[in-house]
Amino acid sequence: MAEATRVSFGRALARLGADPRIVVLDADLASSTNTKAFADRYPERFFQVGIAEGNMVGMAAGLALAGKIPFAASFACFLAGRFEQIRLSVAYNRANVKLVGTHAGVGIGEDGYSQMGLEDVALMRTLPNMIVVQPADALETEQAVECLAAHDGPAYLRVTRQKVADVSPPGYRFQLGKAVPLREGRDLTVAASGAVVGHALEAATLLAAEGIDVAVVNVSTLKPLDAATLADRGGRTGAILTVEDHGVVGGLGSAVAEALAETGIPVRRHGVRDFGESGTGAALYAKHGLDAAGIATQVRAFLGERGAARRATGTGRPA
Amino acid sequence: MPDAAVEEVGRLRPIVRRMRERVIRMITAAGSGHPGGSLSAAEITAALFFHTLRRQPGNPHWPERDRFVISKGHGVPIVYAALAELGEIGEDEALTLRRLGSRLQGHPDRIMLPWVEAATGSLGQGLSIALGMALASRLDGDRFRVFCLLGDGETQAGQVWEAAMAAGKYRPRNLVAIVDYNKVQLDGPVPAIMDLEPFADKWRSFNWRVKVLADGNDLAQVIPALDEAGRGGGPWVLIANTVKGKGVSFMEETAAWHGKAPTQDEAARALAEIAAHG
Repeated sequence: MAEATRVSFGRALARLGADPRIVVLDADLASSTNTKAFADRYPERFFQVGIAEGNMVGMAAGLALAGKIPFAASFACFLAGRFEQIRLSVAYNRANVKLVGTHAGVGIGEDGYSQMGLEDVALMRTLPNMIVVQPADALETEQAVECLAAHDGPAYLRVTRQKVADVSPPGYRFQLGKAVPLREGRDLTVAASGAVVGHALEAATLLAAEGIDVAVVNVSTLKPLDAATLADRGGRTGAILTVEDHGVVGGLGSAVAEALAETGIPVRRHGVRDFGESGTGAALYAKHGLDAAGIATQVRAFLGERGAARRATGTGRPA
Repeated sequence: MPDAAVEEVGRLRPIVRRMRERVIRMITAAGSGHPGGSLSAAEITAALFFHTLRRQPGNPHWPERDRFVISKGHGVPIVYAALAELGEIGEDEALTLRRLGSRLQGHPDRIMLPWVEAATGSLGQGLSIALGMALASRLDGDRFRVFCLLGDGETQAGQVWEAAMAAGKYRPRNLVAIVDYNKVQLDGPVPAIMDLEPFADKWRSFNWRVKVLADGNDLAQVIPALDEAGRGGGPWVLIANTVKGKGVSFMEETAAWHGKAPTQDEAARALAEIAAHG
């Protein structure tokens, strides 16, 4: 069942409300972030702060320092804009705050660049102790929300405005810090995160029809990154293509490149290389090459370059 | 003033003097720091730590303790001076201010030194944190009160008014803000940099109860004001008119001493003045 991961988040949060330590803050976007279900059920533990995200982040830090477990939600771009409050009031204080950035990436569509979270992962990743999680579907989102509530420390959860396909296998259990191989393959590993994991699996199906055998790994924990799994999969297939609906600087691609820089495994980063703009989510994914066809094109190009390089140096296909 | 109040002022006066002396010694030893805004807040900080705050000696984590957030993080030496006076940190440790490895960071760090409630120093953030703490306390049946010391220049930051607006909405009765209104900030006089007036009206219009202290360096005014605000009915703001660099004539009312350390000679003169007038 396809569902926007912000909806899955809202449902999980309302369920978590049975724990009296859980409090929720929102900045006039409760109907969009989906904190409204919690607000309706637990009005005394819901704080509507108005359009004042900096204060929201600070209040969340204060609530956490006094023993509560606050979830503070807004669009990913607006939270990223309050980096100074997140850096000091939350991260440096090691306040047990869960920041939830919804409306990730160009996938939001028509509202255009000002509402698109395209730099949030890059910023959050720089902060010591900050956990960064981007689930790929409804099941994983619900489990990630529970897991982050139980984790003692600051965390950032990134979810989508738009519906995403189910990708997790039946019986799947989310584990913080574990990348999840979803498909085995010999020729290349595609490491994807968030909404585009489903697109990567579709791309793998398209490529299989051409005889190209691609592995797909869902990197739902962006920090701490599961470097061991990525090095293992990348080593087996010879290279990694990262795919994300986020600016190509500082996100998943950067994280994987940093982690694998010393391994010699080639990494190619694929993501958003410009400001976003208005259009349907599907049109924007097509424009940025983040739909299945675009990802398949990236895979063919990467394999083509690697093949040319191997022919030039006379090295064989990796085992 | 009742006899008991006179007695309390008399009890705190030598404490304030020793705190001022420590601030001068600490900042001189460190070779850098912010004496002006530490000295202006000496009476307020002493009244809080030695009269107002419910605390448990030796236990910074007592859940029922009143919280004190120093939002003007650069003024933290006056808090370290109070903690040294209380014996929660040693006199030797006080002199490690700003050194590598010291718990006494240039701006407060709650992980290194649990006696401070929150890291601050990026100005404008502390009132939001204090408000969050006050709301947490209310959810738990008003277990503790929250006091937050702001700098005057700091209230030029928009986030302060976001927090003020939210406190005006949620009305935590256990929240008390105190503004150290010393009229001088790093680049010059507050009215020249960005005037705050009409200051009390601003807070009133955000639904705060306001008390203006004509002299925030007078314990006889500070103590009863904290008593009244601490009884509840807030959010309260005490606008304390103070003197930047109070107690050291050459530091008073001058932006030059916002953020520099005295030389050994200057420190000796400062300590002599504090001893003579304190």
